[in-house]
This record gives sequence, structure tokens and C-alpha cells, in this order.
Amino acid sequence: MPEQEQLVAIRVKVNGKEHKLQVEPRLLLVELLRENLDLTGTHIGCDTSYCGACTVLLNGKAVKSCTVLAVHADGGEVLTVEGLAKNGELHPIQKAFGESYGLQCGYCTPGLLISTYQLLQRNSNPSEKDIRKAIAGNTCRCTGYQNVFKAIKAAAKGA
Amino acid sequence: MFPRAFNYHRAGSLKDAASMLQQLGPDAKLLAGGQSLIPLMKLRFANPPHLVDLNFIPGAAYVRQEGGGLRIGALTSHAEIEDSPEAAAIPILHDCAAGIADVQIRNRGTIGGSVAEADPSGDWAPVLLTLAAEVRCLGPKGERTVPISKFFVDAYTSALEHDELISEIVVKSPPKGSGGAYLAFKRSAPVYASASAAVRVAMEDGVCRDAAIVLGAVGLTPVQATEAEAVLRNNQVTAKTMEAAAEAARAAADPQPDMRGSAEYKRQLVAALVKRALEVALKRARGEKIELGHIYA
Repeated sequence: MPEQEQLVAIRVKVNGKEHKLQVEPRLLLVELLRENLDLTGTHIGCDTSYCGACTVLLNGKAVKSCTVLAVHADGGEVLTVEGLAKNGELHPIQKAFGESYGLQCGYCTPGLLISTYQLLQRNSNPSEKDIRKAIAGNTCRCTGYQNVFKAIKAAAKGA
Repeated sequence: MFPRAFNYHRAGSLKDAASMLQQLGPDAKLLAGGQSLIPLMKLRFANPPHLVDLNFIPGAAYVRQEGGGLRIGALTSHAEIEDSPEAAAIPILHDCAAGIADVQIRNRGTIGGSVAEADPSGDWAPVLLTLAAEVRCLGPKGERTVPISKFFVDAYTSALEHDELISEIVVKSPPKGSGGAYLAFKRSAPVYASASAAVRVAMEDGVCRDAAIVLGAVGLTPVQATEAEAVLRNNQVTAKTMEAAAEAARAAADPQPDMRGSAEYKRQLVAALVKRALEVALKRARGEKIELGHIYA
């Protein structure tokens, strides 16, 4: 154990906004977002890297932010669910989830929205198999997967 | 959950990381993608006082074709291997990379981290064993090459010294007429396999000249099913010989009963996975293109 608390200076851009912070090396990215930056849209579900509720984009790649250290975002860019809407207008993916009833309790939704965002950035016309693969790391305990599917297909058509 | 506090050391190069390990002593641990280590630290199963972070080392993630084979940088993520056209030339590499956990974990987890962890349920080990890969290890005294068959010493124990790290994995391209396949059986995407099988056959005029069959998650280290290989070698690969090889693989497996199933259940899985993987490997040896995915319960 370190005798003195070590702090590491990091610079990170979150949803387009630059932040300079001093963080403990053990601070997790999800805690940085929720506690230090007050971005509570990113949820903590299992906290063991299984459920994907904490999914955010780090440098354009979907990651489980409960299993990434905040220091790993140093010099990088993060996109959370709060960064999807622009000028008070929901992102087409968010609209599609709403219109297709792609959520029930909504706890897993922020993670699913980010996984969908990554999928559609890479593949604007995903097959059913592509969609299954893209959201395999996002668990919905309301088991609303069929409507999530419909929402992602609708979002792909609209995108 | 938080990991216990640790001293953080950011390495600027692989060499730098090796000398940090030497200075900090055997309690220091390396942090690559962190997809196993960070959960272990959060659960306080691992409490390293020093972490040497490899994530900011430039140029350590690559898949390069060279000298009739591939060189894969230790910090190459599973996703980068999944998307690599160079790696696609050896389909078993794609089977493995594309099937590990889920998108998010493949984006962070690295091949070097996975091999160095030597988790008995790890996906890369059986695959790399069928390809007789080489592990380049870098320490303060320089670089040495360890054949992958000598790398896994015990569960979570590799041939790495405390001040060594993996710099690169080297895979030779299999000869013409070869086919390989990797299949894992999992309860869901993000979890470890209940059992897995990696196979490779080298065919010549309808006869199997060489075979490799390695089982994952059914022993403390990957299990090389040598008797199963012997069944195929210098024989025609027919439904009957494949069945016999699968039976020999079942006998070679040494699984522990756990929440993923009883020992007998896992042996049954092994036999089925070996048979299915052989069928695919044989078709690939004939030049057929087959996409393979992991099987979920």
C-alpha cells in the first residue's frame, strides 16, 4: 500500500468538454464520470464487467467503464449517454428506442444506446447477427431484447 | 467497488516497463488491458502494491506479416486481431479473437495480457498451441524466445520471470493443405468457456500428415490431447477416425466440477467440440471458407 495518496494529473475530453483533473490511480472511469463530473447517466450495474450498463465510448471504442481506470482516459475522449442529444434534440438512436419501446425499466439503456452508437458508426446496415454480436455485452434483465432489436433496426434505417 | 490503493507507474516503452519491474521487485504487476486484473483488484483477490501501466506505450499493438508468418504485438487488442486482414489469413486466429467475451472487452483486452495471465480458461492458449507459436519475452537482460509449449507452467503461472514481460507473439503460417478451427462452449458472451477445443490438421492427398488437438478450460493448463492427435496422424480423416479422436480427447480432459458443470458434463462437451472443430478444420484444409462462432448454452 502506498504510504501517501498518489494523485495523477489527467486531461480528458468528455462529451466535447475538456477537463483537467487530479485523480487517484485506483479511481475507475465510471466513478470519474458519475462522482467527479456528475454525469450520472452512465449506470453501474454488476460492477464486475459483465452487464454493460456502464458502457461508454473511450477514443471511439465501446468499453465497460467499471473496468477501465480513469487514468486510462488521460489525453483521450469519452462519449457518454449525455453526449448523444444535440441542442435539446434527442439522438435518432434515442428516439428509435423510445418509439420501439426498446426499454422497460431503463437501467441498461444508457449502455445499450452507446453500444448501438458504436455499431451504427461502423456498420450502417447491420444484419440480425451483427446486432446480436454488437449487444452481446449488454444485459437487460427486463428481457426486452426483441424491442431493443426493433429499435436498433429502426435506428439503422433512420440513420 | 474500488481496488486497494496502489502506486502507479506509467511505462513509456516495453524496455522501460521491464526495468520498472526489476526496480520494484516481485510484488509489482503489469497492467495491460486490465479486463481480468481490474475485476480481480476490485474484488480484492489481487492487491498489488505497484502497477506498471503498459497502456501508453506507443507501437506495441500491431499484426504484421513477416517471413511466412505473423508477428502480433503484445498490446494488440482482441478486437484489432478480429478486424485484421493479416490475421484472417489464419482463420483459427479469427475464430478465437472474434469469440472472446463481448465487444467492449475485446476492445480493451490484449493477446499479451491474456497469454501472460495463464488463466486455465483463457481462449488464446489452446489456439496458439496448435500453431506452435513463439512467445518473445523481454527482460532487463534482453529478449528470449519461449516456445508456447513451454510457456504455461501451471494455473495462472507462466514461464515469465518477475522482471520479464511479453513483447510479441510469433505465429508461423501453417503449410498449404492445413486447416484449423477453435470452438468454445459458453453460457453467455461475457463469461469464460465451460470447455473449448482448438484443432489443426495438415492434409496431403486425403491423408492427415500432422494434427494438433488442444483443449481449454479442462485442466490447470491447456491439455494437449496427444493420443487424439495420434489417432489422426497418417490416417484418413473419416467420420470413424474423428469419432475415435473425440473419444481420445474426452479421456485426455481433466476437468474440475464447478458452477459451469460437472466433470462428466465437461468431458462430454470436449468430445463434441473436438468433433465439430475437426469437421470445420477439414473443410478449411480443402480451401472452403467457413465462419465459425462460439456456441452458447
